[in-house]
Amino acid sequence: MTCDELRGKLAAYADSELPAAESAELESHLRGCNACAAEAAARFKMKQMIRAAGLFHTPTPEFRNQLQRSIAAGRRPAWLSGWLPRLAVTAAAAVVLIACVALWIDRSQREHSFAELADIHIATLASASPVDVVSTDRHTVKPWFAGRIPFTFNLPELQNTEFTLAGGRVTYFHQNPGAQLLFNLRKHQISVFIFRDQAGVLSSLGGDQTDTRLAFHLESFATGGLRYFIVGDAPASDLHALAELLKRAARS
Amino acid sequence: MPLFPRLYNFAHWLTQNRHEAEDLVQETCLKALKGFASFRQGSDFRAWIYKILRNTFLTSRSGLKQATVSLDDDESDIPEPVTETTPESILLAGLDYERLQRALAELPVQYRESILLCDVEEMSYQQIADTLAIPLGTVMSRLSRARRAMRAALAGDASGASR
Repeated sequence: MTCDELRGKLAAYADSELPAAESAELESHLRGCNACAAEAAARFKMKQMIRAAGLFHTPTPEFRNQLQRSIAAGRRPAWLSGWLPRLAVTAAAAVVLIACVALWIDRSQREHSFAELADIHIATLASASPVDVVSTDRHTVKPWFAGRIPFTFNLPELQNTEFTLAGGRVTYFHQNPGAQLLFNLRKHQISVFIFRDQAGVLSSLGGDQTDTRLAFHLESFATGGLRYFIVGDAPASDLHALAELLKRAARS
Repeated sequence: MPLFPRLYNFAHWLTQNRHEAEDLVQETCLKALKGFASFRQGSDFRAWIYKILRNTFLTSRSGLKQATVSLDDDESDIPEPVTETTPESILLAGLDYERLQRALAELPVQYRESILLCDVEEMSYQQIADTLAIPLGTVMSRLSRARRAMRAALAGDASGASR
């Protein structure tokens, strides 16, 4: 084997890829040729150094644990593979979460406000003098509020209805002054709260709504820049009938 | 998972990025679990799983980017390149990790994966050919070029691979 022939096979020899017979022949040459022996030694050393330098990157313990968990959890659905679907799922989850939180905050705020109005209604009924202006006449009650609250409102004609006006008082809800009117219906007493329909807590109660809490019914609507809340233990249909009368009066 | 640290090392050398390497290994393991039925008993498990990793890498963003480097693979019979690096300079050289690692990182991915599978993973030419799905001659050609670059890097000649 000449030096040139050997150099062509040295790579395979260093990589242990040379058949045994050729390896023996090559080794025989190396024993008598210093230049080829030095080249062979250099190749072995290069392999050794590349191996030492190449074993460099090690996984973090966190990744090892994460991988073990994901393998233990079983296969991931195909649609979940790749970064884009993962990003989409994360984004969708974030949107759902934000929507849920917003709905929860909205609902919780609304429930809190309804409970507060019910409390005012109950406190009014429990009071020795539930109303400050005692009159069944709308033309007495409405003018009484002039100068006491920063708006005015119309009251319905209650003749030929089961409702009677008992009177009214000034009330406050979330620092907003408003009118509280007390109506009688058979043995039930119903409060009608009227506030300016403005931004803030009242706007969170926006939209026409009905609700029932602890056997109290509540109906709400907005018209003419005013927001009305009707609270009482009378049937919801009766509260609705009173709401319709108030709406008609507001439009007149 | 005895292969896990080695798979990760290989993945990191391919992607050259920790997060991408983690994604690649995770994807590989899940694919291997899912497709284990396709593994033929008695065949080389290591070559099988490295092949999954490498194919997954090729379809990844950084894999596609690196694969755009054009290579002439019809040079499997090229003679051993002549370099100015003498055997003595190699034998006398200290183990300069940083220089070698830099040289490895700078190799085109086709050469980098070949030399890593051969010298670090100690795979046979046939195993490398199976893993990379290339002919034996191409394996030898790529190894030859990669080693020339590494020798040049060790001798301080970083232009060895591109000549």
